Amino acid sequence: MEQVVIQIDGNEVRTARGNTVLEAARDNGIRIPTLCHLDGLPDIGACRLCMVEIDGRFGTACTTRVRDGMKVRINTDELHEMRRTVLELLFAERNHVCSFCVSNGHCELQDLACELGMDSVRVPYRYPTLSLDATHPRFIIDHNRCVMCARCVRVCAEVEGAHTWGIAFRGTQVRVITDLGVDWGNAETCTSCGKCVQVCPTGAIVLKGQATAEMEKHPELVAELEERRRAG
Amino acid sequence: MRTRLDVLICAGAACLSAHSAAVRDALAREIEAHGLSDEVRIVETGCMGPCELGPVMLVYPDGAFYIHVTPEDAAEIVEEHFLKGRPVERLLWTTPEARRIAEQRKQVPFFAKQRKVVLKNCGLIDPENIEEYIATDGYAALGKVLTEMTPTAVAETIAASGLRGRGGAGFPTGKKWGFVAGAPGPEKYVVCNADEGDPGAFMDRALLEGDPHAVLEGMAIAAYAVGANHGYIYVRAEYPLAINRVEAALAAAHRMGLLGNNIMETGFSFDIEVRMGAGAFVCGEETALIASLEGHRGQPRPRPPYPAVEGLFGKPTLINNVETFGNVRHIILNGADWFRSIGTESSPGTKVFALSGKVVNTGLVEVPMGTTLRELIFEIGGGIPDGKEFKAVQTGGPSGGCIPAEYLDTPIDYESLQELGSIMGSGGMIVMDADNCMVNLARFFLEFTANESCGKCIPCRVGLPAMLEILQRITRGDGRADDIDKLERLGKTIKTASLCGLGQTAPNPVLSTLRYFRDEYEEHLVGRCRAKECTALIRYWIDPEACRGCDQCRRACPVGAIAGTPGNPPYAIDAEACVRCGTCREVCPFGAVEILDRR
Amino acid sequence: MTKVRIATVWLSGCSGCHMSLLDIDETLLDLADRFELVKSPLVDAKEFPAGIDVTLVEGAVANEEHVEILKDVRAKSRLVVAFGDCAVTGNVPAMRNPIPPHDLLERVYGKGMTTTGTLPTEVVPPLVDRVRPVHEVIPVDLWLHGCPPPAGVIARVLTALLNGEMPQLTGKDLKFG
Repeated sequence: MEQVVIQIDGNEVRTARGNTVLEAARDNGIRIPTLCHLDGLPDIGACRLCMVEIDGRFGTACTTRVRDGMKVRINTDELHEMRRTVLELLFAERNHVCSFCVSNGHCELQDLACELGMDSVRVPYRYPTLSLDATHPRFIIDHNRCVMCARCVRVCAEVEGAHTWGIAFRGTQVRVITDLGVDWGNAETCTSCGKCVQVCPTGAIVLKGQATAEMEKHPELVAELEERRRAG
Repeated sequence: MRTRLDVLICAGAACLSAHSAAVRDALAREIEAHGLSDEVRIVETGCMGPCELGPVMLVYPDGAFYIHVTPEDAAEIVEEHFLKGRPVERLLWTTPEARRIAEQRKQVPFFAKQRKVVLKNCGLIDPENIEEYIATDGYAALGKVLTEMTPTAVAETIAASGLRGRGGAGFPTGKKWGFVAGAPGPEKYVVCNADEGDPGAFMDRALLEGDPHAVLEGMAIAAYAVGANHGYIYVRAEYPLAINRVEAALAAAHRMGLLGNNIMETGFSFDIEVRMGAGAFVCGEETALIASLEGHRGQPRPRPPYPAVEGLFGKPTLINNVETFGNVRHIILNGADWFRSIGTESSPGTKVFALSGKVVNTGLVEVPMGTTLRELIFEIGGGIPDGKEFKAVQTGGPSGGCIPAEYLDTPIDYESLQELGSIMGSGGMIVMDADNCMVNLARFFLEFTANESCGKCIPCRVGLPAMLEILQRITRGDGRADDIDKLERLGKTIKTASLCGLGQTAPNPVLSTLRYFRDEYEEHLVGRCRAKECTALIRYWIDPEACRGCDQCRRACPVGAIAGTPGNPPYAIDAEACVRCGTCREVCPFGAVEILDRR
Repeated sequence: MTKVRIATVWLSGCSGCHMSLLDIDETLLDLADRFELVKSPLVDAKEFPAGIDVTLVEGAVANEEHVEILKDVRAKSRLVVAFGDCAVTGNVPAMRNPIPPHDLLERVYGKGMTTTGTLPTEVVPPLVDRVRPVHEVIPVDLWLHGCPPPAGVIARVLTALLNGEMPQLTGKDLKFG
């Protein structure tokens, strides 16, 4: 495959033409924090955690394709501060109580706090009143823990093809919904495939019957599935 | 049919709200009753500009400009003016500069200082009559490009004119056309962004209502230049009048073979459909607009790919704003050099502004780029009402910033406004005086953008409400020492980290007020609002010296917070019970009620 | 050698963080002669003494007394450590935040819930509208994550502080929960 040479933090690296900056970094063992990105799903550039400086302008690594001679900066004080602030905003937005969450210890949001050195949340906590939907026989969606990464929406539409998950409302009222806002248990399009459970980065969409810290997920299954489908 | 008098009545949305339709009916009845139907013709036009003075009307050929006309005035106008030739003086818009009719349109500063290009037909022709449009060289530019110019030459002419996007960002229009023209593929689209959503902005609405064909013609010329055969006008459903007039214009243009298949028998075909938006501010952002047009949720996506490469239904798409399209036919007919002779080197042409707030002449104005803020606000706008002092002007709506008095002599163009921490934006201009609290202003705009955030990206969705909460507690008097730093830090992050223009500009009102009015923020932190607008920081007080015991305030108070005996002053306000609504101050005939700092 | 003066306070929390402090076992003995525990739920003193080097604050800020205590703590302490998730994020106590305090009291103490059905008004401090982490009330110098913070991290932090160093917490040290 044709190779492109780009610079990351001053070092020249090679990657296949057509790759994103995120893929280029990963191919070369360089970590860029991500949350809404998941291998196997189309990227939407929503979480902003993979923000990098590309030829002097800011952009998301997951949605920007490499160009010859592109200069990318990942580790600058400004970017660290920006990513951390974005993460703080996420923690402040809804009610994330790690201590008794079923995903405690297996949560991408929790891991990001460690990775980005978030010692405290410097923006005001919002403590919104949010609901939990346990009407589905096998799964639960707890909006208190949702980060609006839309992985469930994408996996349901692009991989399962059911289009059960969608997004409603705007601003801080924004929510993932099933069908046209009916309870999940009454969502006729849901095939109960459980892919949304596996790709959800936090304890928002989980299997029923799990106790604290028991919910381990396998988001990598989407990439494997895609791989197998491509292979036919 | 030639008539002796043409009576142009403004039927723009503002004059209609002021009952210009009833004035029209009353006039029609009186004209009929006086047997003048063959001599006097009524024409309903688009916006004439001075919305504050509506309903307004202009009588040709003598040029009498009437303001605040009511149905009751109809009989007098018809008898005195139309029949006897004596204009009704008391309804004429006269100013010290223009005391006679003949001078009105030339010398009333509101008109004299304007230069109408885009709005040339607004207030002059009947927007629902295509023949009137054609009579003003309408569709001549389309004819010219289809018969005399190559698509490349059209795009080059627009590029040479230096026209820049009037939606706010100021991207060179010709360059954009060139990108779309150069994009591969047989199928392309032209989209008109009429999703004007800024509070206090109504430029696009006025143009669509007042001269819809100018926009259609601009789109058709653009379609020819870029190689598109299908266009969309994305307009908000809150603009029913604009939608009706555009639909009517489309039908008329189709009937005459000026749109549709084989336009003017040149082999070029172009169709336009109107799509109504549900009034989401974010849908003014081009990628969100495209998503909405496609039937998806109106959410932006990261660029690149730009719509010029991958736009509507994945095809190369040209998106321009209403006013941008409105400029096109004039450039084609008069040439790029003519256009460059107006305005400034970097921002040629004119710009339409919607003047509102604390200014005498609120309304719609068009001026050459490079006009100073002072000329716009004090000469055309007539200055600040009630002799108060100018404090600041907010340009660019909730995405813009405020500019203080010291920069009033700045010539308006894209770059100068940006240097001042604001933006040109689509043309909203809100004027403020000393009674406006700048912290509260920032809070107001942030409340708007926080509500309008689509919720896709985190900095905008959560960052704006976080800033809003801090601003709310500052205006409540609960601000903390580090709140100003927090606002600046958050604002900076949101500007750089947000996905689309909404989030990238939303902190501007806060950051610009912090830049020019930081002392007001600091005062709020110690419990003082100098504009006396933040109710949590003020108290009402009756000056015992001035109170005459008339009892009016006590009767008007909605919460019974005022005590006193009629004829036995002074009265007093119970500060605990008072809800600080200001009614007592409004009703007091002796000016005895004062606003003091709460602490 | 003067001993480092340490205090701990217990706001709205389960005391698990204090338990975890005791869980550092023999490290506590190793360090014991280098500090003096001048005020703590484990030490009986009515007034919060002045001249404290380090105060560990367990728990979130849930009532007006907590606010008073924190102001006093901040004025008298050189370093304030938010000790555990409740102090750092609000954690479990903050789960009552979507419910207005009066409705909450009514639900717990109101009619049918207790024999008298009267809400507590005397002796107990009024609840604040919203439970907050410590740093939203007073400036905080260090945040110790965890519910409770692991004994090993506490030991490292204490050792560093006694050595006059600011502990560096990174990676897994910052795990909530």
